[in-house]
Amino acid sequence: MSDTPTPYHINSEGYYGEFGGAFIPEMLYPNVEQLRLQYEAILSDPGFQEEFHQLLKDYVGRPTPLYHARRLSAHYGCRIYLKREDLCHTGAHKINNTIGQILLAKRLGKKRIIAETGAGQHGVATATVCALMGMECVVYMGEIDIRRQAPNVARMKMLGASVVPAISGSRTLKDATNEAIRDWIQHPTDTHYIIGSVVGPHPYPDLVARFQSVISQEVQIQLQEQENRSYPDYLVACVGGGSNAAGLFYHYLDQDQVSIIAAEAAGEGITSGKSAATSALGKIGIIHGSKTLLMQSEDGQITEPYSISAGLDYPGVGPMHAHLFKSKRADFISITDQEAMQAALKLTQLEGIIPAIESAHALAVLEQRKFEEHQVVVLNLSGRGDKDLATYMEFYNLK
Amino acid sequence: MNRINSALEADKKLLSIYFTAGFPQLDDTLPIIETLQENGVDMIEIGLPFSDPLADGPTIQESSRKALENGMTTSKLFEQLEGLRDRVHIPVLIMGYFNPILQFGVREFCQRCREVGIDGLIIPDLPVEEYQCHYQALFAEFGLRMVFLITPQTPDSRIHQIDSLSEGFIYMVSSPGVTGGTEGFGKTQTEYFQRIAQMQLKTPQVVGFGIKDQQTFQQATEFAQGGIIGSAFIKELERSGLEAVPEFLSGIRKQEVPGT
Repeated sequence: MSDTPTPYHINSEGYYGEFGGAFIPEMLYPNVEQLRLQYEAILSDPGFQEEFHQLLKDYVGRPTPLYHARRLSAHYGCRIYLKREDLCHTGAHKINNTIGQILLAKRLGKKRIIAETGAGQHGVATATVCALMGMECVVYMGEIDIRRQAPNVARMKMLGASVVPAISGSRTLKDATNEAIRDWIQHPTDTHYIIGSVVGPHPYPDLVARFQSVISQEVQIQLQEQENRSYPDYLVACVGGGSNAAGLFYHYLDQDQVSIIAAEAAGEGITSGKSAATSALGKIGIIHGSKTLLMQSEDGQITEPYSISAGLDYPGVGPMHAHLFKSKRADFISITDQEAMQAALKLTQLEGIIPAIESAHALAVLEQRKFEEHQVVVLNLSGRGDKDLATYMEFYNLK
Repeated sequence: MNRINSALEADKKLLSIYFTAGFPQLDDTLPIIETLQENGVDMIEIGLPFSDPLADGPTIQESSRKALENGMTTSKLFEQLEGLRDRVHIPVLIMGYFNPILQFGVREFCQRCREVGIDGLIIPDLPVEEYQCHYQALFAEFGLRMVFLITPQTPDSRIHQIDSLSEGFIYMVSSPGVTGGTEGFGKTQTEYFQRIAQMQLKTPQVVGFGIKDQQTFQQATEFAQGGIIGSAFIKELERSGLEAVPEFLSGIRKQEVPGT
C-alpha cells in the first residue's frame, strides 16, 4: 500500500479535495486520534497483511471470481465482467472491511465492538467477525429497520450480537449511526467502532477504502489473465455510502483511461421527494463527522432519504465520492427503484444470478449507457439477493 | 469587555443554564432567558436545535426534535433575539452543531450574533484544528468567544493547546458520556476536577454534563469556576413549565457558601 499523494486519494490532512476531515465532538478525539496515528503503521505491518489476506482467502472465499457474463454482454453489446462480491461469506463485500477492522481493533487492544447497520448486511458482517474472534458485539439498528429486516436481526442474534434499536430521530440508518457514535463517546477506552462504509471522520473513509481495495487489486490481476490487460474501459458500481464502489475504483482512480460510473438510488425519482440521490440533491455539509455532500433542508437539518434498497438510503455519501463527483472524475447516474428492479430481473434470467437490489442499481446503468462492442465494462456485483427476496416477491408478485 | 469574561471574574460560582431554542413552545426563547436572569442565573446557553445531535442524550435529542417540529430555524432564533440586549445583561452563548451554522453562512451567522448581542459560541463538532485554520479570525472579528470542550480523556498537551486558544472559558465535560447521562459524581470525577485545577490554566473552567441538583453543582464548582445545567433544566421545564423555574434554581443554589 503506497502513500503516494494523488489527486483522488486522501491527503495528509484527511481530505479528498474539499471533502472529508474529522468534525467530531471532543469526546471522540482520543479514540479517533489513536486510530489516525496508528492505522497506517498497523495496515502496512507484514504480519497484519498476512493475517488479513489469509482470512480473506480461507474464511471469506477470496479472490472472488471476475465472471465474463456472456449472455448479458451479448444483450448489451459489449464485454461485461461481473466482480462476484456476492459470493463472499455473508453474501456481500461488507465482510472485507469487518475482517480488516476487527484485526485492527485487536491490535489497538480493544475488547468490545460496536457497529451501525441499515439493512443489516454490515451488522451481520460485524457480528460474524466478532463471533470468529470471540469479541463482544453491539449493533445499533433503527427501530424501523429492525422491523423491516427480521432475518438479518435473527442472524446477528444467533451470532451472539446484541441488537440495540435506535429509537431517536427517524429511527433508520443515520440514527443508528448517531447511536453508535454516542455509545463510543460513553466507552472511550475499551471499544472500537467498526463503521460499515467509507463515511465518518478521517481516517475511517480511507481505512474502509483500503480494506475494500482488495476488490480492484484482484480485478487488475483477473483482467490481465482474461483480457490481457490490467484495466477496463469502464467501472460501474452502486453508491450509498460508497464502500463497494471505493473498493472497485481504488486502484484505478489515477488511471485516466478508465472511466468511472457511480449509480445512485433515485428512489421514486429525483424530484419525487422520495429519493437518495445525494449527488443530485445534496449540498456540502457535515454528517457523522465528515464534510461531504448530504441531503438536508435549507436550514441544515439532515433529511431522510428513500430507496427501495435499504443499503442505499444514506443521506450522505463518502467524501471520496463527493470529490470524484465534484472533480468530474466519476460520472454519477441516478437509477430509480423501477429501473433497478427491472435490471435485477434481467440479470437473474440471463445469467442465473439473483443480485442484491443495491447491485441492481449498478446493473441498470447498462440500460442507460451505450458501450462499444470491444469495450470492457467491469461491474461490481456487490451482494446477493437472498436478503431482498421479500421485496422481489412483492414487486413481481411471486407469492 | 466581553460579558462572559466579566461574569467569570465575579466573586461567586457561576451558574449557567442551557435550554433548547423553540422548546417547549416556539416562542419561549426570550421569556425563558428573562426568567433565568430574574432568578439569579449568571450565564445562558441557547441550544440551536439540530436533527442529529451526536453528543446529546435522550432529553436534549427529544427537545431538539420538538423544537424543529415547532418550526425553529436559525433565522427564526435570531428574529426572536432582536431586542435581547434591551432587557438582558448576563452573557448569552449559542450552542449548536456546525452544519446549520455552515448552511446559514458562518460569516453571516457571526454577524447576526453580534447584532443581537451574543457573546460566545459552543460548537461541539467544530474541532480545534478546523477552528484555528478557518474560523478563529472570523469569530474574533465579531467579538465572539469560542468555547472548547475537554473530557477526562483529553491529553494534557491538548488541554494546554485549548487553554492557549481560549478567551472565554473551557467547558469541562464531567465524565465520558453524552449530555444528561451521569448518576451523580464520584471519586473519578473529583480526581479529574482536581487534576485540571492543578494544571493552573489561564482560562477559567466551567463544568457541564451530569449537573442536576444542588449537590452535583457544589461538587462541580468546588474546583471549577462554574457549572452548566442542561438536561435537568429541560426536564423540569417540560414537567412543570416556566412557573417552576424559580424553585428549581433556588434549589441549586441553596446552602451554597458565598465566595467559595
